[in-house]
Amino acid sequence: MALFEGRAGDEARRIVERYPAAHRRSAVMPLLYLAQSIEGMVTRDALREIGEMLGITTAEVEAVATFYTMYRLRPTGTHLVNVCTNLACKLRGADAVYEAAHREAGVSHGQEMSDDGLFTVHEEECLGVCDLAPAVQVNFANHDGVTPERMRELIGRLRGGDVPAPARGPAMPSFAAASRVLAGLDPEPEPALEEVPPA
Amino acid sequence: MSPLEPRLTRHWGDPSVIGVDGYEAVDGYAGLRQALGMADADIVEVVKASGLRGRGGAGFPTGMKWGFVPRETGKPTYVVVNYDESEPGTCNNRELVEREPHRLLEGSAIAALAIGCETVFIYIRGEYLWQGTVLQRAIDEAYAKGYLGADVMGSGTRIDVVLHRGAGAYICGEETALLNSLEGLRGQPRLRPPFPAVEGLYASPTVINNVETLMNVPDIVTKGADWFRELGTEKSPGSKMVTVSGKVERPGNYEIELGTPFRVVLEELAGGVLGGRSIKAWTPGGSSTPMLTAEHLDVALDYESVAAAGSMLGTGAIMVMDETDCVVDCATRMVKFYAHESCGKCTPCREGSWWATRVLGRLEEGHGRPEDIPLMSEMGTNILFRAFCALADGTASVINSSLKHFMDEYEAHVRLGACPLKVEHVGVAS
Repeated sequence: MALFEGRAGDEARRIVERYPAAHRRSAVMPLLYLAQSIEGMVTRDALREIGEMLGITTAEVEAVATFYTMYRLRPTGTHLVNVCTNLACKLRGADAVYEAAHREAGVSHGQEMSDDGLFTVHEEECLGVCDLAPAVQVNFANHDGVTPERMRELIGRLRGGDVPAPARGPAMPSFAAASRVLAGLDPEPEPALEEVPPA
Repeated sequence: MSPLEPRLTRHWGDPSVIGVDGYEAVDGYAGLRQALGMADADIVEVVKASGLRGRGGAGFPTGMKWGFVPRETGKPTYVVVNYDESEPGTCNNRELVEREPHRLLEGSAIAALAIGCETVFIYIRGEYLWQGTVLQRAIDEAYAKGYLGADVMGSGTRIDVVLHRGAGAYICGEETALLNSLEGLRGQPRLRPPFPAVEGLYASPTVINNVETLMNVPDIVTKGADWFRELGTEKSPGSKMVTVSGKVERPGNYEIELGTPFRVVLEELAGGVLGGRSIKAWTPGGSSTPMLTAEHLDVALDYESVAAAGSMLGTGAIMVMDETDCVVDCATRMVKFYAHESCGKCTPCREGSWWATRVLGRLEEGHGRPEDIPLMSEMGTNILFRAFCALADGTASVINSSLKHFMDEYEAHVRLGACPLKVEHVGVAS
């Protein structure tokens, strides 16, 4: 069965229409996100189908998919926990937060995801939240100034089926749901526009 | 020094400006309205006269960049907004858009008018998921109000804005890699010439500008070039966003007058070094800019002065390391970033960053050999300016500047067979 059928097919076509008709290849990145939102990772079938849709080879799609870290080509936990360990965060204690993420999520170094399939832990390069370090993202939603204790609490709540509210914007219930937003599609349900607190 | 009259941050205390109504209430889109009544060349001229320089790192004059775009080529022209903000230590573009997304759209629309462009692409880094949502809502509002679309403010001019999300690649902040990424290719840099102004997106004339750069444009149009030059220096006019992070009391994004001494930023804005400790090293413009030391506290933060001190203003990302931080450890982490983010195209970058990470790592772990220090020095020299784009120079900057200023610390690692700071910490060293 094709991935982009029914509603997903309509959404895929709308994504392609964002770009000039002569340059529909530009849609490869959002289409990879769309595929990832449906299957929780980017599968080989998805690479082929995207290629067919855009008139390029599976290899050309794979070349793009493997270049960027936010596409996951291997089985991925329901929740993706990203921990920045780059300098600004490291100076604020990120290494201990990263270790805590592995420990609490039950993911050993080098392991793709926890045995229960709930978590993937990823060491991030700079997430652009250096002012509020250490920076963590749960399904690409930000948690600021995270300590090892806070990481334990975050993972504990996720394990209990509760997605903690991030520092800004709505919580992302899963890695797949976040991928749908990254494809430029409306999340479901529509989150309220939250105001940024005044300086 | 008198307190800064804020420009880019003047509405940061007002959450209503995130929406189009609130933005209109503070004279939002007045610059676009005015620009619609101006000749294209006059828009370019006022931006040239303002002396606005690109805020994304290189500091190239913005008006001059716009002036390079050839017209009458028979091809469309494009404005591409570089919101890929990924330089370690840098996050002011994130907050500028979170707090006032319409100012970016207004600046982008004015840039589009200046070069006769009908389609603007905003390339936002993938990790800025929420900021992308904020921006897309602003785009939708601007369409609904007629600030974007087929007939901008009844002028008959078309300006469309397309938001394109990246997917986690630092290299896509390099403008030609960004264009490849936007075209659906791997984000690897292109050979220049041709420059993007002539053959950029879809082989068409293209202007690529940073977020902060474009957010300065509406005020330049409404208030004029002389007003813009009231702040800053002759060659570095205006204000600049800086991000202060690491070992300071109040990390954050701050707007400063260009030419403000680093000491003022550190002590008055950021509240001094964390815990009252002393500063050891700092980067003026992100991890790719050569690190400076406590001897450089009085360096003025403008393009020329930072260059004269042996570094670069870059993105204004100031990361502060204190006396308890090991420079070799910090350098290892910074170089590891470049090893991870190298696109793999050029050998000095791909291999050099990988080997440098290994050698730095063994120095930090206490397994360094005496010959490792000249080896690092040789690697730094051989990487600098030997690759296609500036990513490799980031690796070299970390190596070369840390060796230049902290040779003693490298030598101590080899001599002690351990990190001297860790040794002192556990009280083993005499």
